Amino acid sequence: MKITELIKILDAKVISMPQQDIEISGGYCGDLLSFVMGRAPEKCAWFTIMNNANVAAVAALADIGVVVLCENVQPDGHLLKAVKNKEIALIVTALPIFEAARKI
Amino acid sequence: MSSLHLEFDVAGNNFVSAGSASNEVKLTLKKLGVEPAIIRKVAVAMYEGEINMVIHAGGGKAIVDIFGDKIDIELKDSGPGIADISLAMKEGYSTATDTIREQGFGAGMGLPNMKRYTDEFEIESTVGVGTTVRLAVYF
Repeated sequence: MKITELIKILDAKVISMPQQDIEISGGYCGDLLSFVMGRAPEKCAWFTIMNNANVAAVAALADIGVVVLCENVQPDGHLLKAVKNKEIALIVTALPIFEAARKI
Repeated sequence: MSSLHLEFDVAGNNFVSAGSASNEVKLTLKKLGVEPAIIRKVAVAMYEGEINMVIHAGGGKAIVDIFGDKIDIELKDSGPGIADISLAMKEGYSTATDTIREQGFGAGMGLPNMKRYTDEFEIESTVGVGTTVRLAVYF
C-alpha cells in the first residue's frame, strides 16, 4: 500500500508529504521511542499519539515511511517544523491507533 | 588508511536539538555509500547515546571516526555516572523522571538498544565523574 492510499483509507489530513509516494512496508504502533527505534520496520507506517520533536528525530533515524498521528492529535510546533526540515511524511487521523493500524 | 573524524557537542536537556549529531553521521555514511541497514544500526545506537547524555548527564561530547571498514563512536559526559552498570543494562530499567517519560523516553531500552545495534560496545562509568560509552559498527 502506498502512502497516498493510506491517507484515503484513514481519511487523514496531510501535514507533511515531501517525499516520493513510497510503498509502506507494514505498520508499527507505539509511543515509547526506544521501542519504535529498535523494532519498527524500515519504511513502515508508525501509528502513535506522541506529538513532540523527538518523533521527527526517531522517524528520520529509523527510516520510518510515514508517521500517523492518531486520535486527532496535532503535531506541536517543534514537530511541525522538524518534519518539514527533515522531509518526513506525517499525517493525522481521527481514528484510534488500533482502528487505524488494522486498516493496513 | 585515511579516516574521517567528527566531533559534536550535545546540549543537555534540549530535546529539540537532540539527534542532530546522529542525523549528521547518518547523512555522512549515506554519502560514503554505506549499506542502509548498517546506517540505521549506527543511527539508532548513536541517537540512544545522545538522548542519554541529554536526559541524564546535562549534555556531553560525541567523537566519531569513520574508517573504510567501520565506524567508532565515543560518547563522553561529565554527568552523575552510573552506580550499577549491570542494572542499567537491563531492558526496562530506567531512572528517567515522569517529565522525560512524557517526552517518549524512559523505556529502559537506551543502553540495551546501543548494545544490540553495534558490533562492539563498552561502557565505563564513575559516580560523580561521568560516563564514557564506546561503540563500533563494521560495514
